[in-house]
Amino acid sequence: MLGTSLLLAFREIRRHLMRSFLTTLGIIIGVAAVITMVSLGRSVTADISDQISSLGSNVFFVFPIEGDRGQFRPFDERDVVAVREQIAGVKSVAGQVEANVTAIHNGQDWDSKVEGVNNDFLDARGIEIDEGRRFTEAEMEAGANVCIIGPTVQDEIFLPNQSPIGERLRLNNVDCQVIGVFATRGSVGGNGDDDNSVLMPLTNVQRRFTGNDNIGYMSVSYDASYDSATMTNAIVNLMRERRVLLDGQANDFDIVDTAQINETVQATVGTMTVMVAAIAAISLVVGGVGIMNIMLVSVTERTREIGIRLAIGALAREVRLQFLTEAVVLCCFGGLVGILLGFVLSYSLASVLGFAFIFDPGINVLSFVVSALIGIVFGYFPARRASQLDPIEALRHE
Amino acid sequence: MSTGPLIELRGITKTFGEGAAAFQALKGVNLSIERGDFVAVMGPSGSGKSTTMNILGCLDQPTGGVFRFMGQEVQSLTKDQRSLLRRRYLGFVFQGFNLLARTTALENVELPLLYRGTPKAERRAAAMRSLERVGLGPWADHTPAELSGGQQQRVAIARALVTDPEVLLADEPTGNLDSERSIEIMKFLRELNQQGITILMVTHEPEMAAFAKTIVHFKDGLVERIEAGEGITA
Repeated sequence: MLGTSLLLAFREIRRHLMRSFLTTLGIIIGVAAVITMVSLGRSVTADISDQISSLGSNVFFVFPIEGDRGQFRPFDERDVVAVREQIAGVKSVAGQVEANVTAIHNGQDWDSKVEGVNNDFLDARGIEIDEGRRFTEAEMEAGANVCIIGPTVQDEIFLPNQSPIGERLRLNNVDCQVIGVFATRGSVGGNGDDDNSVLMPLTNVQRRFTGNDNIGYMSVSYDASYDSATMTNAIVNLMRERRVLLDGQANDFDIVDTAQINETVQATVGTMTVMVAAIAAISLVVGGVGIMNIMLVSVTERTREIGIRLAIGALAREVRLQFLTEAVVLCCFGGLVGILLGFVLSYSLASVLGFAFIFDPGINVLSFVVSALIGIVFGYFPARRASQLDPIEALRHE
Repeated sequence: MSTGPLIELRGITKTFGEGAAAFQALKGVNLSIERGDFVAVMGPSGSGKSTTMNILGCLDQPTGGVFRFMGQEVQSLTKDQRSLLRRRYLGFVFQGFNLLARTTALENVELPLLYRGTPKAERRAAAMRSLERVGLGPWADHTPAELSGGQQQRVAIARALVTDPEVLLADEPTGNLDSERSIEIMKFLRELNQQGITILMVTHEPEMAAFAKTIVHFKDGLVERIEAGEGITA
């Protein structure tokens, strides 16, 4: 019986190709929109995830904030040492302080920033040296005038095909020697270009650029076998103790966990994706209403045909199944074409916007199933109307 | 198989509408039709002949009375049971041919077999045989728009015959045809009857009714008289 209905449905659709296509246009657009939105959401999430993981994994950032009595107390080297020595599971702790500078070489000048760091910073943030070397113990101890430049700085003020190692570089009025170039560490959205940076020993930057012993923030990397909550607690307790905060007083420092940033961003983008997909899904429902409309028109137009079928012995439920099958087959066609269109759209949009294309089989299957369901839901009413026609009346219909 | 008449109507009444607007189309029709008969039903419009045909075709239910088809009381059957009865035993030919548009003659003739669930190869073969029987074998791939009125009616007859029905019900089968084509169709129906099919036909043209074995005249919702047609001697 289903086979017969399918055969009849295919014949009917073949007879009205153009109308069938227009009928399913709503479903096609709806499915394509949902798939495109979800795929793009996946691409964006993956992209952001990538950026965040460029900060290093299992890393906390600890920085001072204004406390609840308006006090702002910066960190210094003693805080760094305390975290390094008093908390189990910490692999490395690095203080960082930065200042905006103009870098000058050979008459070229370029706006950049200087970051005062030690080798610990390179470890904590997973920064690789592309060319040259890291700081020596003596250089860090003495605050020597040596620097490791970022790839952007290299591109902007050094000649291509010429190694900057050993060259002199002037930052504002401080003269230093380039000892290395670090590999690109990517940039985190909104934070400028992290590759546009010059790394110098911490004590040198404190002495020559910021003029005090303060540390902007600490990067704490920890062993992967420790979990993030335990580590956070340990750091919070230690810092509260060091800063003599009483019970009931709020922390005047904050801890940001890269894993946590990642989760938050993923959740945010996920919510956005669901919302946009839901809006797109409305067009699917509108498509369903379109199917219902055309099916109702079709029932009216084919009243005589229905009369003939009933007269030659079709059961009411067979007529109902035939029209229902037609609606479902139309919707499934629409779903398939929509999936194809969605694939093309999300693929080209991803490459235009510079994201990696991600194929999500789940949403494709789901869209197809939903289209079929829409066929059933919106095809049922016209099908029922067809099956309830009186054969005598239907045969008389002009 | 019952030994009684193929079709038996006893005191059939049919009322349309209710209350003051009610109209009694049939006022107690009694009629028996034997297997192998060729019956022409005549009468002015409003005499109840179409209503009777609809009841005989199991498309409509009488308001009162008893309708036996092959001994089975039809008025007590459900809608689906009546559909199955039509599917198995009845073939319909309509005045307006009622073929599916944009559908080939072969597919039109196949239709009743589709609902019977006949396998494809068998269905094709039976439909082709039926088309050949009405002399339209070479036109199997043509759609109704490409066929003349007489040819369309023959496709309709082929569709009615494809299931080897007990009874062929024809409602004004020549109503839309010129007299030459009409006579051609009537001769064909007479041939079919001679091959054993019981035929019930509604017509208002006496020269068409003349092909039948029995002519039943309706008037004011009752059978007025029954006479023998020329077909009995043909």
